[in-house]
Amino acid sequence: MSHAEVAPNPQDPALPVLERARRLVDDLRFGEVSRWKERNPGKLAIGYMPIYVPRPLLEGIGCLPVAVFGGGDQVDIIKGDSFYQSYICHIPRSTLELALNGSLDSLDGMLFPSICDVIRNLSGMWQMLFPEKYASYVDLPQNFDPELGGRFYVLDLQRILRDLEARGAAKYDPERLRAAIRAENSRRAALAELDLLRVKEPFRVRASEAYLVARTGGVLETAEHERFVREFVAAARERAPRVYDNVRVLVRGSFCEQPPLGLIKTLESAGCDIVDDDFQLGLRYIEGDIECGPSDDPLVALSNAFLRRGQATASRYIGDEEKGAALVKSVREVEADGVIFAAASFCDPALLDQPMLETALDRAKIPHTSLKFAENTGQFQVIREQAGAFSDAVKLWGSAA
Amino acid sequence: MTTTPTTTVPHVNRPREVEADAAKDDSQLRQKQMISGHFEKLATAKEDGRKVAYTFVPGNLTELMLALDMLPVLPEINALQSGMRKLSGNYITEAEKLGHSEDVCTYVKCDIGMMKSGNIGPTGTKLPSPDILLLSYTGCFTFMKWFELLKQEYDCPVTMLHVPYQGDGHITPEMRSYVVGQLEREVIPALEKAAGKKLDLDRLSELLERSRRAEDDLVAVWESAQHRPSPIDGYFGGVYYIGPIFSAFRGTQDAIDYYRMLRGEVEERIRKGQGPVTPDGDATEEKYRLVVEGPPNWTNFFDFWRMFSREGATVVSSTYTRVGGLYDTGFRHDPKDPLGTLADYCLGCYTNLNLPMRTKLLASYIEKYQADGFLINSVKSCNSFSAGQLLMLRELERKTGVPGGFIESDLVDPRYFGKANIENRVQSYLQMLEARKTRASA
Amino acid sequence: MKVVVGVDLGSTTTKAVLLDEQRRIVGRGITNSRSNYEVACAVAREEALTASRFTMLERELVRRASELGGDPMAREAALREAFRLETYLEQLGELHEELERVLKSLSFISDRGKLSPAIRDVVDTMRTEAPKLFDGAGGRKSDFFRDLAGSGYMAAAEVVSSASHGAVGYERLTSVFDRAILDVETRLKSRDFGVLLRKAALRLTAEDGSAAGRALLEAVEFAAGQPIDEMSFVGTGYGRQTLPFPKQAVKSEILCHGRGAHRVFPGTRTVLDIGGQDTKAIQVDDSGVVTSFQMNDRCAAGCGRYLGYIADELNLGLHELGPLALGAERTVKVNSTCTVFAGAELRERLGLGERREDILAGLHRSIMLRAMSLLARSGGIDNEFTFTGGVCKNPMATKVLRELVDENYSKDVVLNAHADSIYMGALGAALFGVDDLEAGRPAILPTFVEKVRAGAAAAPAE
Repeated sequence: MSHAEVAPNPQDPALPVLERARRLVDDLRFGEVSRWKERNPGKLAIGYMPIYVPRPLLEGIGCLPVAVFGGGDQVDIIKGDSFYQSYICHIPRSTLELALNGSLDSLDGMLFPSICDVIRNLSGMWQMLFPEKYASYVDLPQNFDPELGGRFYVLDLQRILRDLEARGAAKYDPERLRAAIRAENSRRAALAELDLLRVKEPFRVRASEAYLVARTGGVLETAEHERFVREFVAAARERAPRVYDNVRVLVRGSFCEQPPLGLIKTLESAGCDIVDDDFQLGLRYIEGDIECGPSDDPLVALSNAFLRRGQATASRYIGDEEKGAALVKSVREVEADGVIFAAASFCDPALLDQPMLETALDRAKIPHTSLKFAENTGQFQVIREQAGAFSDAVKLWGSAA
Repeated sequence: MTTTPTTTVPHVNRPREVEADAAKDDSQLRQKQMISGHFEKLATAKEDGRKVAYTFVPGNLTELMLALDMLPVLPEINALQSGMRKLSGNYITEAEKLGHSEDVCTYVKCDIGMMKSGNIGPTGTKLPSPDILLLSYTGCFTFMKWFELLKQEYDCPVTMLHVPYQGDGHITPEMRSYVVGQLEREVIPALEKAAGKKLDLDRLSELLERSRRAEDDLVAVWESAQHRPSPIDGYFGGVYYIGPIFSAFRGTQDAIDYYRMLRGEVEERIRKGQGPVTPDGDATEEKYRLVVEGPPNWTNFFDFWRMFSREGATVVSSTYTRVGGLYDTGFRHDPKDPLGTLADYCLGCYTNLNLPMRTKLLASYIEKYQADGFLINSVKSCNSFSAGQLLMLRELERKTGVPGGFIESDLVDPRYFGKANIENRVQSYLQMLEARKTRASA
Repeated sequence: MKVVVGVDLGSTTTKAVLLDEQRRIVGRGITNSRSNYEVACAVAREEALTASRFTMLERELVRRASELGGDPMAREAALREAFRLETYLEQLGELHEELERVLKSLSFISDRGKLSPAIRDVVDTMRTEAPKLFDGAGGRKSDFFRDLAGSGYMAAAEVVSSASHGAVGYERLTSVFDRAILDVETRLKSRDFGVLLRKAALRLTAEDGSAAGRALLEAVEFAAGQPIDEMSFVGTGYGRQTLPFPKQAVKSEILCHGRGAHRVFPGTRTVLDIGGQDTKAIQVDDSGVVTSFQMNDRCAAGCGRYLGYIADELNLGLHELGPLALGAERTVKVNSTCTVFAGAELRERLGLGERREDILAGLHRSIMLRAMSLLARSGGIDNEFTFTGGVCKNPMATKVLRELVDENYSKDVVLNAHADSIYMGALGAALFGVDDLEAGRPAILPTFVEKVRAGAAAAPAE
């Protein structure tokens, strides 16, 4: 990467785990998945697009769920661009590029959860381009009544189970799914600890570090990822505290196409401590545990968790509740000073949502600013200035005015 | 995302032989009366105690609304009308000033801009505020955001119908029962509450029976394009034909009469060996037969149409004219299963088909209507349509051996209609078809 | 001679190609489009007509080679230089007239009496110096009158001014020139080819009555005197819609570029054309008929204009970019092909201490990546692959393209890039003109060209 990076401190106790995270995240050929398949012959690795698929469902039938977040800023796009007009966001281009250059060969299938029409249509493109691979659209319910949306969702999860079983996944066993849910809850707790540390002591954990650590969960088994997260949290606690004078911000709008790491670091170096974000929201999409007792139907448990505890993000229809209420609540909870909207260019969900969220923030007198990016944005100067001005304004006057 | 103009052709020059074309004018006049009648009702809805529902064209539940005596308002149609009347540019700017991104759907921004400018509808009268927002989420993600936005503006309930996408290329019983369940348990009770009356299922069935009859005639009109020359233009002309059935009239006697009359006129044109009506009068030659995918541009609709009609290109079939209902693959509303048939209707709208299905449908049109080529008009606003069209292009060329063309514009944002650029592409494409034809015959 | 005319009205330059009835190229002309397509069309055509007379002359010289003795090609080249000299001298005369006219139009000047003779001295000096520009030794840097006259005038003005010991200021002289040259350049004067060529021939051969001298003059008379009949005309290019060409005489540049490239490289199946305003990927069949094409969308990213913008940012000439980029040690990854952002990204990377050459290498790569996408969109690259348009003159662009073809297709793909590829569109248009002629439905160049020549049409500056 060409943006100036601060040289890592060799004394940093978290350095080894961060370096490993960086290697995993930078490996766009998914070597970790290939190694997993070598260790688990005959088992399936199933990729999925943002934001959310119920990972325990896949782990419960012995599959490795693999988060696919496009190609970032490190892939030359040739074939991918040939499928898209200039007014379509970047993530489907780089994802197709990866698929067409063989980087995703280790994946036996792909799931495309409903996030927007571009990703939805990508499911059909996948079916046309890679007929030998499993490719399925997951129409997450927008009706949140257990008897309606919930019933449909459970039936749809059963469809996925049938499909994957036909392709060689283990036969569905409720007990194994319950175990996978428990593992997910445990990992979720570890991530919550990481989040809490960021909120309480942001000087110990940069958002860009938390980002890397969380993102490794996209290619690791749940239990292994949990160990990884806990290792990092423990190391970060060892770090010496530093004095800092940054503003505390939330970042919203980057749930699907990911900002380049350089952009996150730019915001930080411009004086913003990102104490909460929706980067790669998937792992944290369900707020709290997936409640599933020993005799509960685990599919219903997954469904209920989605219906009742899914985060209020842009791809989720907000019917009766007030739009933006969840964001205001988050700002209060993490005691943030302001919000930075960072949406990918041409991201329909984020950009259509934004005016409503801004209205809610204005009503609550919470300062905010907004920027757009593409996963391969190569210049951060303008963003640095904007974020710097925002943090100064918040510091001086408590508002972005 | 999708839609159809509902007034009669505003700027079409009338052909010279008024007598000979009187029959054609009948259906147009009829449609005009229907539409203006509807807007008159809307203008006085509040005084008359009529309830108003805002809803979308794809997956519109017109029979249900009519059975409850509600008047539908279709924001997509208002937006395209604003585009045709050259108002959309200002409305969009207005919405962008309010913080809406330049990247997103211009129907939404045009609608919001119109609302903020007094909500004056296409006929010049103020539109009534909604008593309910009927969010039929069918094939377009933006619909959800659109009504979330409108909900902030209007103090009225929203009822949402989530129509699952045909991701694997078929309608499953699970999808169907999900839609029917939502209708029974949420949508109908919400509409009943807003309408202040109970739904009479028998009345709904009667409306559905009338829908079916109009649909038969519409399909006959589409299929007339198999003749040479085609008596209709199935895209530029087609957007007028879908006016009544995609908006407030499906299930009415008016719709039955209109489509019967239209069908008669089209059959008459076939008897006389006439081609379609164009903005410059009757088409004089049929040089190219095309299939078109994607919505048209509305801000320069007639410029766009003339780029084809003046080169002797007739569109024999299009997918855009199937967004509010796909009837030519066999579906008809079924009065015997009112809710099930509404579910099937919503699930089957063109925008709810996955990409392999859309490609297959286009290939079938190319074959059925013996097209020389197909053209994709890719609009910036509509990712539901546009994302993946370049792969469809490639697949269609491979499957059919018929050459495809690709142009880019927008629905109602005049900034995205580059006339010279589009004209260049259209001409290049048509000249390429001609060169290939000449070579094939040489 | 019977000829068919093809004109390509590009956004930057306008080109004309003349074909004879055997479809051989007999003349070519090129000029700046000057945002006035009428003038550009007439100038390019005029130039092509002149060139076609030289073709006739060349053929005649070859035919009479034994009478003339020596190398007929060398003789033709010498005549061509002499002809250019005569043309230049005639233009100098026009310039002088214009300088005087400008001088008269200036009111409230006290030094008119001094300026007029000084200007005459300047022009005389230029006349004396002129032969050195056309001695075949490569003494001139440009073929455009504006450039030649500009540097000649400045040099002579300096001499005249210093000789006057300050009585006539250098700036006074050049300011008159600046006002005069625009009109001279854009006014389209009809030149008598025969008169000029005869003068040129006499420069080379005294009227000594020798057989060889007589033969040369006869060949000149032949070339000057033969009628040229324009049998058919086809126009293409960006500006074609703006000119009142008859509909049948207008062909899309896609078809013309495909056909022209195929004519020059008959193995061509895929054509990439990167011009100032747009990029085109074209597939043709074995007879040069276009089977599919794609153009870049409304944003001009990745076109010639993008490079022009980068050149401006770096204060470089457009032609310097490629050679500079060839000196790169590594390729910096540049992601913005957006013209608006490219400048910012460039400055930021320079600010980070990246080498200019390395960034330029990255910029070239990013442009060619866009072209590769467009090619993939149009159906990929089939052997042979022909690269045309203004950008194909850029050596870095060609180098990167070769690398990308190797990486993504095959090292076996033949990549054709031709120095004259800028004429492909006009050549294709002319070929369509021959088709029309053979089919008995030729179109003729509209009469406005004659009107422009007669000075009736407005001829604004660039």
